[in-house]
Amino acid sequence: MSHVTQSVSDQELQQSVRKFIVENFLFGQENPSIKSDTSLLEKGVIDSTGVLELVSMIEAKHKIKVDDNELVPDNFDSIARLTQYIRRKQGA
Amino acid sequence: MCGIAGIICADGRSPDRAVLDRMAAALTHRGPDGRGIMIDGPVGLAHTRLAIVDLEGGRQPMDSVSGKLTVCYNGEIFNHLELRQDLQSRGGRFASRCDTEVILEAYALEGESCVEKFNGQWAFALWDRRDQSLFLSRDRVGILPLYYTFVGGDFLFASEIKALLAHPGVSRELDPRGLDQLMTFWHPIPGQTVFRNIFELQPGHSMRVRDGAAKRWPYWAWTYDDVDAGMDEETCVGRLRELLIDATRIRLRADVPVGAYLSGGLDSSVLAGMVRKHTDAPLRTFSVAFDDAGFDESEHQQEVVRFLETDHSVVQCRRQDIARDFARVLWHAERPMLRTAPAPLMQLSGLVRQSGYKVVVTGEGADEVLGGYDIFKEAKIRRFWGEQPQSRRRPLLLRKLYPYLKDIQAQPEAYLKAFFHVRPEDLNDPFFSHLPRWGMTGGIKLFLSAAMRDSLRGYDCREEMRSHLPANFARWSPFHQAQHLEATGLLQGYLLSSQGDRMLMGNSIEGRFPYLDHRVMEFAATIPPRLKMKGLREKYALRKAAEGLAPPSVLNRVKQPYRAPDAVSFFDPANPGATPEYVEEMLEPGRVAKDGIFDAAAVGKLVAKARAGKATSARDNMALVGVLSTQLLVHQFINNPSLEGCPT
Repeated sequence: MSHVTQSVSDQELQQSVRKFIVENFLFGQENPSIKSDTSLLEKGVIDSTGVLELVSMIEAKHKIKVDDNELVPDNFDSIARLTQYIRRKQGA
Repeated sequence: MCGIAGIICADGRSPDRAVLDRMAAALTHRGPDGRGIMIDGPVGLAHTRLAIVDLEGGRQPMDSVSGKLTVCYNGEIFNHLELRQDLQSRGGRFASRCDTEVILEAYALEGESCVEKFNGQWAFALWDRRDQSLFLSRDRVGILPLYYTFVGGDFLFASEIKALLAHPGVSRELDPRGLDQLMTFWHPIPGQTVFRNIFELQPGHSMRVRDGAAKRWPYWAWTYDDVDAGMDEETCVGRLRELLIDATRIRLRADVPVGAYLSGGLDSSVLAGMVRKHTDAPLRTFSVAFDDAGFDESEHQQEVVRFLETDHSVVQCRRQDIARDFARVLWHAERPMLRTAPAPLMQLSGLVRQSGYKVVVTGEGADEVLGGYDIFKEAKIRRFWGEQPQSRRRPLLLRKLYPYLKDIQAQPEAYLKAFFHVRPEDLNDPFFSHLPRWGMTGGIKLFLSAAMRDSLRGYDCREEMRSHLPANFARWSPFHQAQHLEATGLLQGYLLSSQGDRMLMGNSIEGRFPYLDHRVMEFAATIPPRLKMKGLREKYALRKAAEGLAPPSVLNRVKQPYRAPDAVSFFDPANPGATPEYVEEMLEPGRVAKDGIFDAAAVGKLVAKARAGKATSARDNMALVGVLSTQLLVHQFINNPSLEGCPT
């Protein structure tokens, strides 16, 4: 039962992250080709300077602190990875 | 320089003088010193003159002594003295000492191949009464503009699109494909424009219009087929210096004084040094300085001024100056732009004009011809890494890129690698060098409206660009491929036009470009890449050729590209009330929705972000300037049927 609750909650968080990305980096323009595992860099959602902006926004919105050594695409380069990263940080 | 325009009627009618007058009037800024119109049977030629050579004798349209030819011409043939001597020895007849007449006599004796002997910058139309045809030609690299269109069967041409739009039969419509190209490459594909059914004669091309039919052909092209792989450094440097000295020398020929732009970088400093060292002429120099320290090069400019002892003037550019001038900048550029960098150059040409000068030599072209851009360095590092993708050391070189861009420098290493990473298939892509730039620029298309996106469905501007590559492109070295893309793309489509000719002519100033002397370009195309970029040292051969001509600190400077503040010029958080009214009007959601190019909601979010001072990424800045400039273009050229003149 708790597994199901957690799964729904993950989905909600993922939707919230997606909404955040669409609102702030796609200026409200939904793009169905951006799946949860699509690379935001390769798709051009985030440009060469955009990650710093993304990090500061995530820090402010989710009240977390991103360490320098966590600034890697493995944590930020897709909606799914970002969701997992936030979940980990919130649980830490 | 000057403005030219004309009409050939297909059905034997004569063109309407009032229409030709209106077309010429739209080009007054290109030639404030005189206007001439000639109508002869089906053809009408119009000319506005900026008098620089043979102030009294150079009126146009000009007839040949034989009376069989008439030309209207914009430009300078710098080797006109040598050509005149040669033509006279072969029977050429002259009534003036103007270079315009050299074109007439050269054509009379040699026909359409005469342009191959011209050393200069030109766009001209020559009416040949013998076969009732119009011969048009444009210089090798596109320093001067030439546009054309057809109305019914009539053929129309002009230096600027606004002169074509002054004809009542020319429709005013944006071409979505031209816009898509500009929002990828920064410029339309050569030959095209952002206006539907309006074309440019490509650089290095000539054209003949006869009996309502037009034929175009190239007479010159950038090529890297003859690289001298074994060229030694001494030969290279010696020959380059010799050619640059002569290219500069003949560009000082004028009956008015010639000044020089000084950016504080290598290219313009070398030219100024050549003028000082190899002529007796005192030199007047001009620079733009920025309030924003990140863009300002005053310190280096002053160092060159002290070294060369020039008589120097500076125009100070503030953010609000860019915002104030931008509508006028657009009026002259006639195409959307993704950066504000042209605006300060219009201020600079204004300073030249106020100082009583009409002509400046300037350093454009050096980076394309001699290998100076960061994009060449970036491509070299990416390829070096891509060939050994597991290497840990190779990607460390990425830190050497863009030292002047603090946002790039602040990137975490893993992200720098992710952004510049090379997929194995990219290594064989002919556009390898430009993939990151075009990819990033293309990101701004997300602001296009649904209707615009629909109209572009199935269209791939890169595929179209691919079809324009020369046959031998794949055989050239990657460095030369990148040079070719820059020279035939950004140089002619943006730097020499939006940022060059248009910003100069907006204040009736002529620019002259020694690095774009065809002898320099052709020799530079034989220099092997190892002498252009030695290791990661850009423009190596030029630095060696320039020893003694500029201060050592400037000769050793790492290139800092010329840039200007973008979004913050229009929405300055430090000065929130300073946004000009026209900016608010152009970006107002109702207007954006009505014009239909962009998605009003997305633009609204972008504007809010800019207003909050948070539009800091490269994409956001390009998008804001791109949207604003496109909205201005629509306002000034599509929705404004009277074309009442330059906005103030």
